Amino acid sequence: MTTTTATADARARINALPLDGLNPADIQYFLDDTAPLVFERLRREDPVHRSFSPVEGMGHYWSVTRYQDIMAVDTNHAAFSSEWSKGGITLYNPPESDRLPMFIAMDPPKHDDQRKAVANIVAPANLNNWQDLIRSRTATLLDSLPRNETFDWVDKVSIELTTCMLATLFDFPFEDRRLLTWWSDVATMNKLVNPDALGPEERMAELGKMLGYFTKLWNERVNAPPRTDLVSMLAHGAATKNMGPMEYMGNLVLLIVGGNDTTRNSMTGGLLALHDHPEEFAKLRANPALVDSLVPEIIRWQTPLAYMRRTANRDVELAGKTIRAGDKVAMWYLSGNRDDAVIEQPDRFIIDRARPRQHLSFGFGIHRCVGNRLAELQLKILWEEILNRFPVIEVMGPPTRVKSAFVRGFSSLPVRLPG
Amino acid sequence: MPKVTFIAHDGLVREVQASVGQSLMQAALDHNVRGIDGDCGGQCACATCHVFVDPAWTGRVGPRTAQEDEMLNFAAELRDNSRLACQIPLTEALDGLVVALPEGQH
Repeated sequence: MTTTTATADARARINALPLDGLNPADIQYFLDDTAPLVFERLRREDPVHRSFSPVEGMGHYWSVTRYQDIMAVDTNHAAFSSEWSKGGITLYNPPESDRLPMFIAMDPPKHDDQRKAVANIVAPANLNNWQDLIRSRTATLLDSLPRNETFDWVDKVSIELTTCMLATLFDFPFEDRRLLTWWSDVATMNKLVNPDALGPEERMAELGKMLGYFTKLWNERVNAPPRTDLVSMLAHGAATKNMGPMEYMGNLVLLIVGGNDTTRNSMTGGLLALHDHPEEFAKLRANPALVDSLVPEIIRWQTPLAYMRRTANRDVELAGKTIRAGDKVAMWYLSGNRDDAVIEQPDRFIIDRARPRQHLSFGFGIHRCVGNRLAELQLKILWEEILNRFPVIEVMGPPTRVKSAFVRGFSSLPVRLPG
Repeated sequence: MPKVTFIAHDGLVREVQASVGQSLMQAALDHNVRGIDGDCGGQCACATCHVFVDPAWTGRVGPRTAQEDEMLNFAAELRDNSRLACQIPLTEALDGLVVALPEGQH
């Protein structure tokens, strides 16, 4: 069966489902990658959609699926809260004992103060400083890849490069850097939708080990002069130096997942997208300067975080629906990024779009991804260095997808470099 | 047709002919002015069209709005004359406007 036929069949099946019961967060749509078809229907028929998830801790929630409605929610933090104690930024409400304070899941003014404590690490001047380091690491890694044998792009390239970057940002012992990868995976795993995940108690125990490790780093740095690494910045920042252990743990989870998982999955997703669109790959090889617009298009296409959740602070009208105070609201970036009211030919991967950065993948408003330009820089350098050395990258089989409706990513992708 | 001047972080000067009614950000995008990104398309939602208004022009351009303040709160370099170009509508009175650009937009 061709891909086109399979997509048409899946679309027909999804369009035949009763609209009332359509639950876009159902993990199945993410495992078989039919979620874009669910959203295509919701944007058309019920753009602000209420549904129920049987997963414990999820329950009723709203789905906002059109670009401009997502923008309206994302930029209205007074009406739509990110507060961790209300459940934070994912649809799953953990038990109260497992809820972690972190600045992505806070409202102003505390959010602003804590974000400012670390934001400078990705300021333009620091990015310029890191450029050479990222390039030399990327070049060395690509040169070391095996030839004429199948290997996992996720492990050898995407994870390795993003984990090295994260170790640098934290000034984390380099030989232990894969612990960061592991803790990132632990932080986002959920046994309720992923049978391979750790159970809730084991998960919190692992995060406790992370806290222990990072507490040693904190203690080393709190009495040393301030430096440009995330642990030192947290230990010395006025808004963060008195954090309790749970809040330190929460902010570590935020920085580890935010600084790692998202870019990792865009590194894999970009290769897949170019493999699936050979005419675009040819365009890129003919004109490597297109890397600048390729990178934001990869980030739109992949949408490595499928949504962010908010909690309504008061009753709000949106697209003719009344969202009640206390309701959960998912802003489906994955859907808004395919909204043809704003993005031309959104279902096509086009590496030379006129305005490639208008996508929603970084969010908009005060919670907009703080590391967006660092992510773009890492992807840009990766693709420049790939184009410099590999005329062909063969994709040897389908990817394995992460079992999550929140993290849209890959756990493996078999590839081969001939020659 | 107000003329506006952008001074990049490296000192490069770009003069562009803008139109009355469009925003300063749109004028920059229409003329591919390097250093103005405008990711959100002009909705005061991302702070990637940050400019420093030349002190001679701050009175005529006016102060930041509350929403601009929120977005610029996280800028790497925030000055009293920081504005978001998408929130500056161009008029004949702004003919000759000069703005400088930060080291990067994020």
